[in-house]
Amino acid sequence: MATGIKDKVAIIGMGCSKFGERWDASADDLMMESYTEAMADAGITKDDLGMAWLGVFFDEQSIGKSALPLSQALRLPNIPVTRVENLCATGTEALRGAVYAVAAGATDIALAVGVEKLKDTGYGGLPERTKGTFEDLWQPNSTAPGSFAQLASAYANKHGIPMEDLKRGMAHVSWKSHQNGIKSPKAHLQRIIEMDAILDAPMISYPLGLYDCCGVSDGSAAAIVTTPEIAREMGHDNPITVKAMQLAPSNGVEMSHNSWDGSYTLTTRIAAQRAYEEAGIKDPVKEISMTEVHDCFSITELVVMEDLGLSEEGRAVTDILDGKFDATGEVPCQIDGGLKCFGHPIGASGLRMAYEVYTQLRGRAGDRQLKNVNMGLTHNLGGIPNRNISSVSILGRYSD
Amino acid sequence: MSDIGITSYGAYIPRKRLNRKAIADANAWMNGALRGLGKGTKAICNWDEDALTMAVEAVRNCIAGGDTDGISALYFASTTHPFVDRHNAGIITAALNMPDDIRSLDIGGTQRAGTSALAEGLASVGSGTTIVVASDARPAKPGSVQEMQFGDAAAAVALGSLNVIAKYLGGHSIALDLIDHYRTAGEDFDYALEDRWIREMGYNEIVPEAGKKALEKTGLTGADIDHFVMPTRQRRLDSAMAKAMGIDAGAVRGNLNPEIGEAGTAHALVMLVDALEAAEPGQKIMLVGFGQGTDVLIFETTDALKTLGARRGVAAHLENGAIEDIYTRYLSFRQILPYEWGIRAERDNRTAQSTFFRKRDSITSFIGGNCSQCGTLQFPKTRVCVNPNCQAIDTQVDHPFADMPASVKTFTEDNLAYSPSPPYLYGNVAFKGGGNIFMEMTDFEAGDLSIGTELKMVFRIKDFDHKRSFRRYFWKAAPADNS
Repeated sequence: MATGIKDKVAIIGMGCSKFGERWDASADDLMMESYTEAMADAGITKDDLGMAWLGVFFDEQSIGKSALPLSQALRLPNIPVTRVENLCATGTEALRGAVYAVAAGATDIALAVGVEKLKDTGYGGLPERTKGTFEDLWQPNSTAPGSFAQLASAYANKHGIPMEDLKRGMAHVSWKSHQNGIKSPKAHLQRIIEMDAILDAPMISYPLGLYDCCGVSDGSAAAIVTTPEIAREMGHDNPITVKAMQLAPSNGVEMSHNSWDGSYTLTTRIAAQRAYEEAGIKDPVKEISMTEVHDCFSITELVVMEDLGLSEEGRAVTDILDGKFDATGEVPCQIDGGLKCFGHPIGASGLRMAYEVYTQLRGRAGDRQLKNVNMGLTHNLGGIPNRNISSVSILGRYSD
Repeated sequence: MSDIGITSYGAYIPRKRLNRKAIADANAWMNGALRGLGKGTKAICNWDEDALTMAVEAVRNCIAGGDTDGISALYFASTTHPFVDRHNAGIITAALNMPDDIRSLDIGGTQRAGTSALAEGLASVGSGTTIVVASDARPAKPGSVQEMQFGDAAAAVALGSLNVIAKYLGGHSIALDLIDHYRTAGEDFDYALEDRWIREMGYNEIVPEAGKKALEKTGLTGADIDHFVMPTRQRRLDSAMAKAMGIDAGAVRGNLNPEIGEAGTAHALVMLVDALEAAEPGQKIMLVGFGQGTDVLIFETTDALKTLGARRGVAAHLENGAIEDIYTRYLSFRQILPYEWGIRAERDNRTAQSTFFRKRDSITSFIGGNCSQCGTLQFPKTRVCVNPNCQAIDTQVDHPFADMPASVKTFTEDNLAYSPSPPYLYGNVAFKGGGNIFMEMTDFEAGDLSIGTELKMVFRIKDFDHKRSFRRYFWKAAPADNS
């Protein structure tokens, strides 16, 4: 009988590159940046690494396929490296691979690196790509904002919320992340945006305006994991441990079945339930200290607050406007600025979220340090609401 | 032998109607005379329409939800078949889920291809139904008189011997290599000669002669004709031709040019449908096609005309237009004006033809699945039922989605996505009776969509692959007929 991942694996080092339009850096430079920080944080050398995982989404666009880009950029000593890809959950998948390898006893210390080099396309937004030879024949040539904007139309209709009220809730989501982002030195966007500017921004995909969309950034993040026992031997008395790591991909219901009404993310609900169970969480609002969720668009964060059980259904706008998820609120969300301001280099994002939770748990977050952080949740939503992969992970301290 | 003739009809006129004044205003600087033609509207294809998609819709309207099993032949007349060498008619029969054992043919090469296809259809019709469809979307050079006159439209008739609504009495054809205009293979536009030449050495020389011979063969006189159907871009030429054959001036049908323009090979059939909609039982219709010769066909309507079910002919389409005032948008739809669409428009739309062939029922015929275990309708059809409470394997039978009414479940207006007509509109479409498809919407403008907006499915161009001169088709959600 499986017992879950809770407290079986410790994170002993993490690193994160500066995110942004890194015209100065290629993917291998970005990987070196996060890796170097993580290795120094863990206090280990290359020879201590037993295995590695690399997460990158747009391989065609940046570094090509396979494990080779990581192995070569870091000049790893021919240890096993696995390249993973699962849309926007890619970074979390790299971490999950490393965590499971340690939990399985296959290796003592494993490395997970996520990276994405997006700004070599020559245009804004995510790169154009094929969806598959059959899918291209019938699915719309949708963009990310257009696909997530669908949530807003359905959510407003389902809950009878006028679009201008929903827009205000969405604007607060972005406003809050910009407030937080100025305290993150490594964040891509570090400036305050006023509510009026957000509400009056040019329309990208109705009803999502410019500031409802997250940054498209270059960046990398890395983690080094081991067993709690080894962590303790290395001097970490109460190491950061993984409490839950869950993943739920769509099986076609959202795409083809009318049981989904289009107003929420089905897979987040499933992954969250499993993660709470794995971590032994009964009341997420009380027990989760902070969240880093997949705010690719403001509407995504808004509906995800309900999907994670942090707002009651239909209550997210009210809770958001009441400041429940602000830095000073009951469950702060995106304290580092989130995808919105810290940036969204796809393959790195899941690890960047873990980096922030780790940093907060270790009390190293400087100006943005929250009080009493015991349990942090990270969430990715890869794909589009119609067809996606959700990951929900929970990190805490070993003996808490 | 039982009487043969027309058993059904349908038409298709694109929703977009370009104001001729917009053309004149844009081009009068180089040709002030265009102002004199700048009246009324002409029907224009949306960016995702062509002669083929219009033909599909016209045939659908002709079948009007009826069975396709009895169809044994389909002729597709046009001078703007999207493919010079790929069977265009075969795409129509596939899109409308007709039987595979069908005689199908593309007919073109002249403006009278529509009437010639009709004459051939009547000559060869057997025990099954023959569909003749004519559709044209002719290009015209900016600033030309043709640009003012040409419109896009399609019409279809079903031929057979059961429930004939217009009996075929007889006809006559003449071939004459008189060059009134021509378009050489590979050229974008017509080279046109003066109207006077066309009238005096063309129409005057052969149309009355062919008409008289047709009347003679059918034992009629010009005075017997109740509806004289002859497309022409020249004013009063139709009346002059009628007069030359002794046909009453009151029988001359309006040529619809003020509303839709002149629709090439389709126009005679469009006008014929218009006449059938207006005709009473027992009336005689003379149909004339002209183009390097002439075809004259004479029909007599029957009592069955009044019992033919409701369908979309010309009248329904005339009522359902949307005015287009932006001339440059029209030029862009026609791919005449090369706009800067940005790097995003460079996406490679190569079609994996083997995938398309494998999935042609889904893509061309819009066939999804109906789970025989739980009754869930789903698209695409797959091996495992999508209903989370069923998930039965290999239980889905073919289910056509094309004629199902639907409505908007979610939507967006996307300004980031590349679209030849931004914003790009798409969303989840809920089908009445079950099924959800994430799909593109067309013939809407920004601001038109809301949750619950009623939709119908139309066959359209999905993507152009400019690199390989290919276009692929799929179904899109368009405004429902009653909207």
